[in-house]
Amino acid sequence: MESVWVPLALSLKVAGWATAINAVLGVAAAVALSRWRSPLRDLVDAVLTLPLVLPPTVLGYYLLVLVGRRGVFGEWLSSLGIELVFTWQGAVLAATIVAFPLVLKSARAAIEGVDPQLEHAARVLGVSETGIVFRVTLPLAVRGIAAGVLLAFARALGEFGATLMVAGNLPGRTQTLSVAIYEAVQAGDDDTANLLVLVTSLTCVLLLVIAGRLVPSTRQAVR
Amino acid sequence: MPARRSPAIAAAPIRARSRLSGAFVAAALAMLAILPARPAAAAELVVSAAASLTNAFRAVATTYEQAHPGTKLVLNFGASDVLMQQIVQGAPADVFASADQQAMDKAQAEHVIVPGSRRDFAANALVLVEPADSTLKLASPRDLLRDDVRRVTYGNPASVPVGRYTRDALEDARLWQAVSTKGVPAQNARQALDYVARGEVDAGFVFATDAAVMPGRVRVVAHVPTRTAVTYPIAVTARSRQKDEAARFVDFVLSSEGQALLARHGFRPR
Repeated sequence: MESVWVPLALSLKVAGWATAINAVLGVAAAVALSRWRSPLRDLVDAVLTLPLVLPPTVLGYYLLVLVGRRGVFGEWLSSLGIELVFTWQGAVLAATIVAFPLVLKSARAAIEGVDPQLEHAARVLGVSETGIVFRVTLPLAVRGIAAGVLLAFARALGEFGATLMVAGNLPGRTQTLSVAIYEAVQAGDDDTANLLVLVTSLTCVLLLVIAGRLVPSTRQAVR
Repeated sequence: MPARRSPAIAAAPIRARSRLSGAFVAAALAMLAILPARPAAAAELVVSAAASLTNAFRAVATTYEQAHPGTKLVLNFGASDVLMQQIVQGAPADVFASADQQAMDKAQAEHVIVPGSRRDFAANALVLVEPADSTLKLASPRDLLRDDVRRVTYGNPASVPVGRYTRDALEDARLWQAVSTKGVPAQNARQALDYVARGEVDAGFVFATDAAVMPGRVRVVAHVPTRTAVTYPIAVTARSRQKDEAARFVDFVLSSEGQALLARHGFRPR
């Protein structure tokens, strides 16, 4: 097997894109759900949280059924020239879906934890509803959201089951760290497996250290 | 903002809460106590066999169990090298059947099989297949060099016998470099078949017996001559606790009845 930096770079790229997408979609969904007064709200929340409890292989299979060449959206995607199976974009899709509920849950908890009095005060002062979301609610919820985004990044980095089913195991193109380790073990290549596991572990430790620095401690929270 | 505790939990007296967690711990320990695997039934044979043997060995197992009531066969299918690794790491298999000599050679080098029990029991052929509804009109492996063929699947040569046969055959035809740039490695013979059946690839290399499992979804383009004959060896594992029973199973596979069952699934005599 070639260098270990290739799977590492690929994992970071896939997880990075997946987390960026989730940061936007997850927060948007959290804001929408927290503001939406309807009996359907809990149902929608449950459906959006499903990827957290479904086994990754089930998710991988659903994705194949939806975006595979013969899948529900397969023909439409092919006509647009978009291919997801066996591509890194497919890996991003798989990682995005499995990590989405982590951002959604944390963001929603953080958003709903914002003191409504502060939002009312903003309304009284004439700020629009959109303004309230961007200038009052989100800035106050940012710690919870950041924690969720970090969890989502870690989850996306380690994603294996759904990725293997959708993106396959193509060295240099979709062979992320987890898949590379799997292949090394299968081939009995313990040296490569050990090295990959070490690299993955060090990367995760580094991430946690950065996270600890980024997310301010409780004492500094109140502005 | 201070976290709000649920009033119910806050009001519960401390002693009741610790009694509850004590009950939890006791229940968890009780579950752990009944979990350890009960020893295998009197004659329970574990057979690790290459993925391409799935249908054939299931039939063999059913027949064998009927002829030997009291013996239960546990079948474990996967890529031959992976199965070999499992046995080396201590998996309790009694019989190992692989799809090429190389995997069995590795097992023998690791001293996990009884060398005297090793026998060839079947032969197979390598074929190039395409999705049944493909419009590409492929006629031979050389057509795989065409630009409209974008993805070709084969077993991962590092751990899958059918991948090794494929790589050797294509190297001999001087096509391996070109085809492997379009390659989609599969984890075992059946996954390669699945990729083709699903239409996710334009073509693939599988065993003739695998192609026969999905006649409606996969079409054989051509038989591919291999560098070495495709022969399957079988052996009793060194760590087996039931070597006699395992040897009886191997004998059954080699018998005319066992061979007839294999032939019904497309395998050729050894």
